[in-house]
Amino acid sequence: MSKIILHIEDIKREFVMGSETVRALKGVSFNVNEGEFVTIMGSSGSGKTTMLNILGCLDKPTSGKYLLDDVDIMHLNRNELAKLRNLKIGFVFQSYNLLPRTTALENVELPLFYNSTVTSEERKERALKALQSVKLADRADHTPNQLSGGQQQRVAIARALVNNPVMILADEATGNLDTRTSYEIMSLMQDLNAQGKTIVFVTHEPDIAAFSSRTVMLRDGKVQKDTSNENKRVAKEALESLPVSDDY
Amino acid sequence: MGIFNLIKLALRALQRNKLRAFLTMLGIIIGVAAVIAMMAIGQGSKESIQSSLSSMGSNMITVFPQSNQPMGGARMGGSSFQTLTLADVTAIKRGAADVRNVSPLASSSGQSIKGGNNWPTQIQGIDTGYLEIRQLQIKDGIMFSESDVASSAKVCILGQTVITNLFPNGENPIGQIIRFNKIPMQVIGTLVPKGASSFGQDQDDVILAPYSTIMKRITASIYIQQLYASATSAAASDNPTKEITTILEQTHRIREGEDDDFQIRTQAELMTTLNSTSSMLTVLLTSIAGISLLIGGIGIMNIMYVSVTERTREIGLRMSIGARGIDILMQFLIEAIMISITGGVIGVGLGLISSQLIKSLAHWPILVSESSIILSFLVCGLTGIFFGYYPAQKASRLDPIEALRYE
Repeated sequence: MSKIILHIEDIKREFVMGSETVRALKGVSFNVNEGEFVTIMGSSGSGKTTMLNILGCLDKPTSGKYLLDDVDIMHLNRNELAKLRNLKIGFVFQSYNLLPRTTALENVELPLFYNSTVTSEERKERALKALQSVKLADRADHTPNQLSGGQQQRVAIARALVNNPVMILADEATGNLDTRTSYEIMSLMQDLNAQGKTIVFVTHEPDIAAFSSRTVMLRDGKVQKDTSNENKRVAKEALESLPVSDDY
Repeated sequence: MGIFNLIKLALRALQRNKLRAFLTMLGIIIGVAAVIAMMAIGQGSKESIQSSLSSMGSNMITVFPQSNQPMGGARMGGSSFQTLTLADVTAIKRGAADVRNVSPLASSSGQSIKGGNNWPTQIQGIDTGYLEIRQLQIKDGIMFSESDVASSAKVCILGQTVITNLFPNGENPIGQIIRFNKIPMQVIGTLVPKGASSFGQDQDDVILAPYSTIMKRITASIYIQQLYASATSAAASDNPTKEITTILEQTHRIREGEDDDFQIRTQAELMTTLNSTSSMLTVLLTSIAGISLLIGGIGIMNIMYVSVTERTREIGLRMSIGARGIDILMQFLIEAIMISITGGVIGVGLGLISSQLIKSLAHWPILVSESSIILSFLVCGLTGIFFGYYPAQKASRLDPIEALRYE
């Protein structure tokens, strides 16, 4: 049996807004094993974003238990959480969040700057390797405004890979992209998953969820459905089946 | 994140907003340049006062006669008191160990005449040690001797101003006979010009002669106007003052509790007074310059707040990939320090240039001290830390979730 990367048990998260208490998560439990490709789905207001923030160790649940790679995050302070994010999580955002006027290579290097055990040579080497794995090594010197949206997102994925995280956490990573580019990104994600990376992908598009091996459906702060995807779509094939776009 | 990377990061951030960074620096640049220039002027004037005082003889002690009579009745100016005599000079010569030279001063004003030229001046009757006390030097000819003093010889030494007025055609005055108040005197030497004193008095408008000559032939008095002495060293000028006071109190038979009928002044006292005036001026000028540094610092604070707000998303991203609060704090703090230090470097350069300009254009005495440069750098660094800290702290305390979603 493969290792449990995420262990979530009866997680609740409440926000106090003035006199009202908003209960965003009302007791969520699930596990994610190593090598899984999980999508977390849900409509707006389902607690999807709150769940993502907690999974990304940016926020702590009000109650419940969350183990990330056997580390209990409930007892960690701000700095320890930062260190945990640095070592164990690779973020991919909807809006890429690359630093402007900074080359692709330097953007990818960024997480390693906050890891004092990585030397500057090692940092460069690992960043270049991460860029190679998203097939953008030849664009290493380009700044984000010289790259297309899909390329920018691939740089962001390289940045998420560079610290060898136990989990890649993607937040609507295809939300800003057209269908073809979305499929390209999903194809890349599937490749990474095939290499053994654990991926948690938050989305509201069922179309995208179809590429994953398992879907956790949130609704009103609870897990509505947790199903493994028997007939997973292969992104490469989906890409080929798209009509060839005409130049007009 | 290592300090080297932080500096690189800060430099790049500043490079992106060159004009903005420069305008922010401008406050610091002007402040530092002003501090450097003001301190240079202050130090320079202090130095020039000191050197002009020591040219008068920095270990010089002057004794003036003074009235010790109770208030009331007709009161007269200091020079009309008659309390000092040659006996005092002899007593000091004999009794004061820390005094090197003593000379009486018996002076008189009058008209000096040579042929068709005349000039109103002062004749000073002195002893041979006077030259050393006042740090005067003979230019041409010789100084009169002990035997000239003993025989009340009618010889004199002329200051440059007197020479110019009595010998307008540039004749050699040595050996010539001039008259002072109808007394004929032979010129045996001339003095090296000294220029005006720090009080604007022409130190070259003088005729020197043996005190015995003046007292016998001109003032016709047993009293002298002043008594000059020099301490063995400038540092020891406290001791000789005490010695002279004790000796004069004895010779003048002044009982304990009675006021002295003389007054002693040293150059050290004068120097203290003048120094405190120029220090006050320096403090005043420097604090005005300091205020502009403060305003520069506020400018840094302002622009750092803008920078933090502008880069909220970047801060959120950095936090989400593992930057701790301290990493963000250092990033912005170092950026602020870079602005202030760079401003400081340019400011020091500008300050040095403007100091030189003041020197060469306005001919003011200028002295740039290393301490003022070091001080400016220190103040700059502290300004950067002080005014950069709050914006940096604000950045470090941002919530990564909100920072990432900031529009």
